[in-house]
Amino acid sequence: MIEIRFHGRGGQGAQVASKVLAVAFFHENYYVQSFPAFGVERRGAPVMAFLRVDQRPIYLRVNIYEPDHLVVLDPTLIGAIDVTSGLKQNGWIIINSHQPPEEFRHLKGFRTATVDATSIAIRNGLGSRTNPIVNTAILGAFSRVTGLVGIDSVALSIREEVPGKKNENAKAAREAFEEVRV
Amino acid sequence: MKRVITGNQAVAYGVILSRVDVISAYPITPQTTIVEELSELIANGRLNTRFLKVESEHSAMAALIGAATGGVRCFTATSSHGLAYMHEMLHWASGARLPIVLVNVNRAIGPPWNIWSDQSDSLSQRDTGWIQLYCENNQEVLDTILQAYRVAESVKLPVMVVLDAYVLSHTSEPVEIPTMEEVDAFLPAYCPDYPIDIQEPMAFSVITTPEYFLEFRYKIQKAMEEVPEVAKKVNDEFRSRFGRGYAAIERYGEGEAEVLLVTSGTVTSTSRTVVQKLKGNGTKIGGMKIKRFRPFPFEEIYEEIRGVRKLAVIDRNLSAGVGGIFAQELKASLYSREERPEIFSFISGLGGRDITPNLIEEAIQYTVEHPRPEEEILWLGLKK
Repeated sequence: MIEIRFHGRGGQGAQVASKVLAVAFFHENYYVQSFPAFGVERRGAPVMAFLRVDQRPIYLRVNIYEPDHLVVLDPTLIGAIDVTSGLKQNGWIIINSHQPPEEFRHLKGFRTATVDATSIAIRNGLGSRTNPIVNTAILGAFSRVTGLVGIDSVALSIREEVPGKKNENAKAAREAFEEVRV
Repeated sequence: MKRVITGNQAVAYGVILSRVDVISAYPITPQTTIVEELSELIANGRLNTRFLKVESEHSAMAALIGAATGGVRCFTATSSHGLAYMHEMLHWASGARLPIVLVNVNRAIGPPWNIWSDQSDSLSQRDTGWIQLYCENNQEVLDTILQAYRVAESVKLPVMVVLDAYVLSHTSEPVEIPTMEEVDAFLPAYCPDYPIDIQEPMAFSVITTPEYFLEFRYKIQKAMEEVPEVAKKVNDEFRSRFGRGYAAIERYGEGEAEVLLVTSGTVTSTSRTVVQKLKGNGTKIGGMKIKRFRPFPFEEIYEEIRGVRKLAVIDRNLSAGVGGIFAQELKASLYSREERPEIFSFISGLGGRDITPNLIEEAIQYTVEHPRPEEEILWLGLKK
């Protein structure tokens, strides 16, 4: 079983990112379980979402305490909260940042990758300059870095799950797939 | 077609496929996205159902009582305080023998204010004369709604389908969605015995003197007693058509268990992983899921627990002054029997706290190691 935790801020779409990635894995015949951190969401506050993926039916119905990988939609969360809490050794941390991954090497014991999902979102017209929608782009980076799910499945899932600008969102994921740095 | 959907969406699909005529609901907290999904489909003209937006849950049920008396298929959804507010009308629905189906998303009742999973809301309604069915996953949620209408319309009693807040309601997982044609073949249109007919005027629910009231209640009890057989037939047919089914109770794990872990709702799902893990570790451990809480499956349980020495019951609910409600029902149901396993009553996960595999294992270990419980209530994960 693979367990993934998403960190974002309320309104950034961490929950949608988890769901879109779930459907991408589902298209590759995995069993999936996607859920938000159960709570009272507030815009801008740190939020989490979770994803379990397995080749067999998933019976475990508790929070994810020791994820295999992390997806971080907002780099300012690193340091503000303990994002690596429980993260397994050697797990990937995929961060939305214009900085190179070396900037996050202080997160010792883990592998870091960065992608400027914010710029990708803005140039694809996703959201606004002050509030770009980065949750689809970063999934392209996840696909490339982890190799766990194909970019075509991610693009297909985006087209199915995202309510608007389907082509732009899918294109953003493909661009992030190319541009992610490790 | 298989889709990755939340428990709330599974409910919406169940309602759409059941060709419900009238939905009535209060749309504000503690309502869930169930009603949001349904009202959107109706507003877009994709669902030919009358939607009544009312000012309270009490009114939501009152409106359905009117609609069901008129002879149509009805649905509503609510949660926690909303269900509590419906209480009076719940009695009326069963007393008037109306086959209404209600989905309750299990949430705690405040104060302290809490919106997370806890069975205290639905179990507070246990004496209202409603059939109660608890679900373990989103597939079971959708399928149970389809079965609920068959059972309700057969025995003429309302059914409450219950799912855990968040752990199912907001969790997405793959669900097989049957086609309309498949469901139509399984669930025929509702044909009420006494619909309102202006050509044939009748009086409904008139005052009933002590001379007759007892008999009305007797008939409700008799209808409840029919449920096990009716539900089994409906489930057997469902299984033959769809390849899936859900008994009132289900045993899993080792057949000749000495210790049996008893759970309901999503705790069962996590428990399956624990029972599987403990397989072959000395003491024979099995699991038992209770799906149907009303009518309580006395006979089915008794058949399944022969040879079992101890029951470890985990309750995500509390009847203060007594303890766990499922444990109490089990004690009551086994008292007059020859074989009576020792019952260990654990309380855990109130107000949505995770019932983790470690806590479940702790409950099993305690039960294995003690000949009988040291206390009436055993608190799992209590901070002291």
